[in-house]
Amino acid sequence: MKKDGLLNVVLGGYVVLVFLFIFAPIFFSIVFSFNSQRFPTIPLGEFSTEWYVKILDDPDILEAALNSLIVSFSTAILATLLGFCTAYSDFRYNFRFKGPYLALILLPPTIPLIIMALAMLAWFSKIGISGQLWSIVFAHSVLTAPFAMAIIRLRLNQMDPDLESAAWNLGGTEWATMRHVIFPFCKPAIISAMCLTAAVSFDEFAVSWFVSGLNKTIPVVILEIVQGNIDPQVNAIGTFVFLISITLVVLAQVFFIGRQHKKSSS
Amino acid sequence: MPIIVWQLAFFVGPVLFMVAMSFFLVKNYRMTEAFEFVNWAKMFSKGYFWSSYWHTVWIATISTLCAMCLAFPAAFALAFKASENTRRWAIFFLIIPFFTSYLVRTFSWFVILSESGVVNAILGTVGLGPYTMLNTHIGTLVGYMTLTLPLVVILQTVTMANIDRTLIEAARNLGCKPLAVIWRVILPLSKAGFIIAAVFCFILSFGDFVAPFYLGGSQEPTLPILILDTTKSGQQWPRAAVIAVVMMATLFTLAFTAIAIAYRKRSTS
Repeated sequence: MKKDGLLNVVLGGYVVLVFLFIFAPIFFSIVFSFNSQRFPTIPLGEFSTEWYVKILDDPDILEAALNSLIVSFSTAILATLLGFCTAYSDFRYNFRFKGPYLALILLPPTIPLIIMALAMLAWFSKIGISGQLWSIVFAHSVLTAPFAMAIIRLRLNQMDPDLESAAWNLGGTEWATMRHVIFPFCKPAIISAMCLTAAVSFDEFAVSWFVSGLNKTIPVVILEIVQGNIDPQVNAIGTFVFLISITLVVLAQVFFIGRQHKKSSS
Repeated sequence: MPIIVWQLAFFVGPVLFMVAMSFFLVKNYRMTEAFEFVNWAKMFSKGYFWSSYWHTVWIATISTLCAMCLAFPAAFALAFKASENTRRWAIFFLIIPFFTSYLVRTFSWFVILSESGVVNAILGTVGLGPYTMLNTHIGTLVGYMTLTLPLVVILQTVTMANIDRTLIEAARNLGCKPLAVIWRVILPLSKAGFIIAAVFCFILSFGDFVAPFYLGGSQEPTLPILILDTTKSGQQWPRAAVIAVVMMATLFTLAFTAIAIAYRKRSTS
């Protein structure tokens, strides 16, 4: 038993190390964003907010931020809609070619982004919609829909299939059932899916970079600043980016887990 | 179903078009539609293409091995030693970085690992270094780990947490030593989950251009960097498409083989 105790301590320490490794970049990025020195080293220079002032004065960055918000918000809505429809059709119907149908939705994340980026770029310029914000939204909706689908599908799994038939028997039309039974039941999952897809879209850089043309989003701007030199502005932008995407992901999880807890405790 | 149309328009369309594009011709810096094998022949005859191909396969393999080995003790601890509540929180915190700007995290490593960065400063206080970690394979691997480690830990933890505890206790009671329990009971039972984790890890490393570019210095370009260069400098899209198609073929072959192995072993045991 004593040996087990030591082992537990070692393993516990190891877990902490892994978490330190995973969170170190986020932590240091935030620390250095308040550091006055141009080149981020230890010991730290003085506390300063000059990088924040700088990025908030930069019209290019502000415009990119606006673009990013538009793209991730539109993507969230589109992707969640796609995800909801697929999840529901998978839950409700059985049909031939269901396998290929699901594969069609779920495959995109398994293809490296750089390949999707090239494919999207070529295709969009072929059909003449490249270089616009909408082209990023279309591309992102395909890339993020699987996440939405997975979340909503898990939620539908918890639903009693008889609930739907009960609603029909009580005279509910398909639409009414959808509106008053299924939709409210999935609501936490839908909100969670929207947050998650927005976060993924907000951080995605490869496809955005290839497709966006002159309408840059925040990750594209970062990519261009980072090329070749160290600029502490990136830390300041990064801090904002972290803040937004961490909030979104946390919200996504809280909505999803929170509801499950309530269910199991009631 | 409008979804099918949507996916066809914005997923299948682009991919198929890219495959077709690999047969197009570039004349006078303009792409013309054709069906020629010129790009394929050109790329396959280039030495740098093959060296880059094997380099990418090699480094993605190393990255997968590293991630799987580094993640295992942590996942083991989370799956068997931690309480259910701790495990839930751990996974909660692991999901956050997975969906959080990989690009900024990589840049942050760039700063941390540089010659006068944090790691060397800490090592310096105990009289070591400074070491050059950027523009080496270590840099690239740190980047890959940033990308893959959270996911691999999550997948391994979930897989092992789902193992039936009575099987482990049975093995223990029958006199099996702890290491043998891991080797003979836990690993075979979690084979499918582990293979899926490894495949995802490989796909992510194989297709990532940020880590090798910014942290690895790209002196040996990986395939994604090659795509980037070919696309961004000049109009050689068809050649980039050739690289992309080769990459996809590699990944699909790998994924299908791996999944076949994962499920065959499961059914026989």
